[in-house]
Amino acid sequence: METNKYLQEEIVRISGVNPRKCMRCGKCSATCPAYDEMEYHPHQFVNMVENGDIEPLLNSKSLYKCLSCFACIDRCPRSVQPAKLVEAVRLAVIRQQGANHMTANDVPAMIDEDTPQQLLVSAFRKYTK
Amino acid sequence: MQVNEYKPLIVAFCCNWCSYAGADLAGNNRLAYPAEVKIIRVPCSCRVNPMFILRAFQRGADGVIICGCHPGDCHYTSGNYYTRRRMAALFSMLDYLGIEKERTRVEWVSAAEGAKFAATMNDFVQTVAALGENKRLEDLRCKK
Amino acid sequence: MQRIGVFVCWCGSNIAGTVDVKAVAEALKNEPGVVFSTDYQYMCSQAGQDMIKEAVKEHNLTGIVVCSCSPRMHEATFRKTAAAAGLNPYMVEIANIREQCSWVHKDMMTGTEKAVILGKAAVAKVNLNTPLTPGESPVTKRALVIGGGIAGIQTALDIADAGFPVDIVEKKPTIGGKMAQLDKTFPTLDCAACILTPKMVDVAQNENIRIFSYSEVTEVSGFVGNFDVTIKKKARYVKEDVCTGCGACLEKCPMKKVPNEFNLGMDNRSAIYIPFAQAVPKVATIDPNACNMLKNGKCGVCAKVCAAGAIDYTQKDEFIQEKYGAIVVATGFNPISMDKFDEFAYSQSKDVITSLEFERLTNAAGPSAGKLLRPSDGKHPHTIVFVQCVGSRCDACAEKGKEYCSKICCMYTAKHAMLTRDKYPDTEVYVFYIDVRTPGKNFDEFYRRAVEEYGVKYIKGMVGKVTPEGDKLKVQASDLIANKQLHIDADLVVLAAAIEPDQSARPLATMLTASMDTNDFFTEAHPKLRPVESPTAGVFLSGACQGPKDIPETVSQAGAAASKVIGLLAKDKLTGNPCVAGSNELMCNGCSSCANVCPYGAISYEEKEFRMPDRTTKVRRVAVVNPAVCQGCGACTVACPSGAMDLKGFANSQIMAEVDAICK
Repeated sequence: METNKYLQEEIVRISGVNPRKCMRCGKCSATCPAYDEMEYHPHQFVNMVENGDIEPLLNSKSLYKCLSCFACIDRCPRSVQPAKLVEAVRLAVIRQQGANHMTANDVPAMIDEDTPQQLLVSAFRKYTK
Repeated sequence: MQVNEYKPLIVAFCCNWCSYAGADLAGNNRLAYPAEVKIIRVPCSCRVNPMFILRAFQRGADGVIICGCHPGDCHYTSGNYYTRRRMAALFSMLDYLGIEKERTRVEWVSAAEGAKFAATMNDFVQTVAALGENKRLEDLRCKK
Repeated sequence: MQRIGVFVCWCGSNIAGTVDVKAVAEALKNEPGVVFSTDYQYMCSQAGQDMIKEAVKEHNLTGIVVCSCSPRMHEATFRKTAAAAGLNPYMVEIANIREQCSWVHKDMMTGTEKAVILGKAAVAKVNLNTPLTPGESPVTKRALVIGGGIAGIQTALDIADAGFPVDIVEKKPTIGGKMAQLDKTFPTLDCAACILTPKMVDVAQNENIRIFSYSEVTEVSGFVGNFDVTIKKKARYVKEDVCTGCGACLEKCPMKKVPNEFNLGMDNRSAIYIPFAQAVPKVATIDPNACNMLKNGKCGVCAKVCAAGAIDYTQKDEFIQEKYGAIVVATGFNPISMDKFDEFAYSQSKDVITSLEFERLTNAAGPSAGKLLRPSDGKHPHTIVFVQCVGSRCDACAEKGKEYCSKICCMYTAKHAMLTRDKYPDTEVYVFYIDVRTPGKNFDEFYRRAVEEYGVKYIKGMVGKVTPEGDKLKVQASDLIANKQLHIDADLVVLAAAIEPDQSARPLATMLTASMDTNDFFTEAHPKLRPVESPTAGVFLSGACQGPKDIPETVSQAGAAASKVIGLLAKDKLTGNPCVAGSNELMCNGCSSCANVCPYGAISYEEKEFRMPDRTTKVRRVAVVNPAVCQGCGACTVACPSGAMDLKGFANSQIMAEVDAICK
């Protein structure tokens, strides 16, 4: 299996989560309201980080399907905090130098009447280097 | 192994139930360790009064090692936990007084760990021998 | 001054091969106190022992040093020799020159040198030895069993069978405990009541057993063989010896809306009640919180209908003092509260129940007379979801649930699922599991049978949430093998709640000075070799108070505890280990440091009068060690700031002398 040790350690460090505490009960995935939208489910996130299998996570849309509702954190019997791992992977993606996740050309398609201007600006700031 | 090396004087306190039996087992299996190690039998590692250790250094011992049952296996339930705490405090105080931390040690040796006992003693004697003589606390009046 | 004899053993060539035994004997001759020194081929042989005995007489010896094998080998032998020669056996010290000298060193010179030093240390110690006599204490030949569940019942029966009187103290109105509430038992599926109630009757009829039901232990003092115990017999407002258990009062009592704790509140009982039909003792009890007569003096129906005249509204709590030689703790367990697991909607829906409630639902004597009906509407459930590990195996940081595995849930859930499919083949039964743990005789076969023969659907995964919607329970769960999220419309959800020690265990442990782990389970004296004894002498453990257990394990532990108790009660006197701690009361300042570290609770404090130099008397608090309880670890001797505490046989001065001899 391909492992990315550096990224794995980085994600564990950013999140402060110890994925080894997971006992594979799957309660996080059972409780997740965005489960069906996700390619990798919360318990897989934990498992993949534990195994250093980070690359697929970086490129997965699942990252942005997580609502950060923290239901998984609340209900995990082992205090693993999967949502924090998801957030840490998001940060790892953002911190990749030079990676632009949004260009000015993408913006018009995203605009709808209810989207506040401020959201677009902050998203642009966050996802563009 | 250590022909011309300094021969240190080591006092080992061994609890009756685990480590003393571990030392016996080392003997049964003929696992050699230096003769500089002299064992004193105590009922439990928690019987070792800091006074005894100070006395040993005062009388010219070069190293003191305390061996007890593994945490959780103490014959008296919790004795070795007391040892662990007390010795942590004592050893750091001794370090402050100039008795290097390498000269003092707490080690858990079970009755089944003859090999560990011998290995521990070999290692400890070598470590202390490398440090040489202990002069910090030695009271010369005790040497006739 | 001592007159010490030194005996150096050759042990054939075992010692003599690497140690010049003659030189050792010669070198030790000049040590202070030594008046005689010799060597011999086999000291432990009859001839060697005779030699020691003769030397004791001839040289008028007061102390003996044997340079030989490990004291773990022959210390007892030479102590007996000394005793036979008229010496105190504790005047013998062994210098271990075999295991710790001749066998580990190869060079004759180093071996001899070390042997001399070890011999000198032993001589230095014997010089300070004092004759020791083991203390003796009488044994009260009566045992107390705290808790009347299957653990307590079995222990009491076994002790009583050996001919010793036993008292059972049970806080509920009847003995029987949790097992009385169960329906069937795994893996044989025999009915719990059918195997338990005959034992309860045995207890009632055994003339060696007294039952204190509706009673609690309030005070314990004393020590092994001599415990003084105060038992509070709570007022039940019914004369126990007069009531016939006919049940007329139960029928006529107008207060019928009291939640029935025996059925876990799933139905109601009257204010005067007998928990269940086979209760022992079969005596009614009035619930003072529900009874109108006791609360405001208006009613008195039960007294009117009682033909035997057993009702006594003026009854008071009664305190009984009794002496015991041994105490067995059998306080058992309870399922944990589901308050912190609201994702399962336990507090929102009556149809989310715990496994113990499920037991009552399927029990023929339960609230639905054995028919599996939903508590909310009394309808037959068609889809049942079992959730395992609710509150077990949780992380300590999660602040809910327990860290340990509750051990029994996998098996009883398999049992529930199997019985449901057996009785109602039209029900869909799902079991959500993390791991199925079935180590035990015929256990895994049982679980496989539930899957293979009865078609119970085991799903690897956990339930995330349960939402009541209409008359359904929406269960959202994960199936980790299929990597899917499942949505099941269930009629009944059964939670396998973790089990925890009974609430009464912690205060009881304090009274008994018995130690507990962080989960409030009693700790055993040794996790492997003394599993039914508490570190506190005379206190024994039976059943789930020591850790989660199923019935067969509980019964075998109960029997083991009973055999330990019988072994203790069979003795007329207890001989202690004489190497115990003792406090010099002139130096003691009563600071409690020693009592705080004592693992056995052997140290207490006394107010004692002391004559002062100016002829006045002063009362001071000083430590007193109970030699029958002290095990001689020496933790207190180091904790004592004033140096008042010392250990006999391993005194400060003795060990110091050994240190000096070695470091000379």
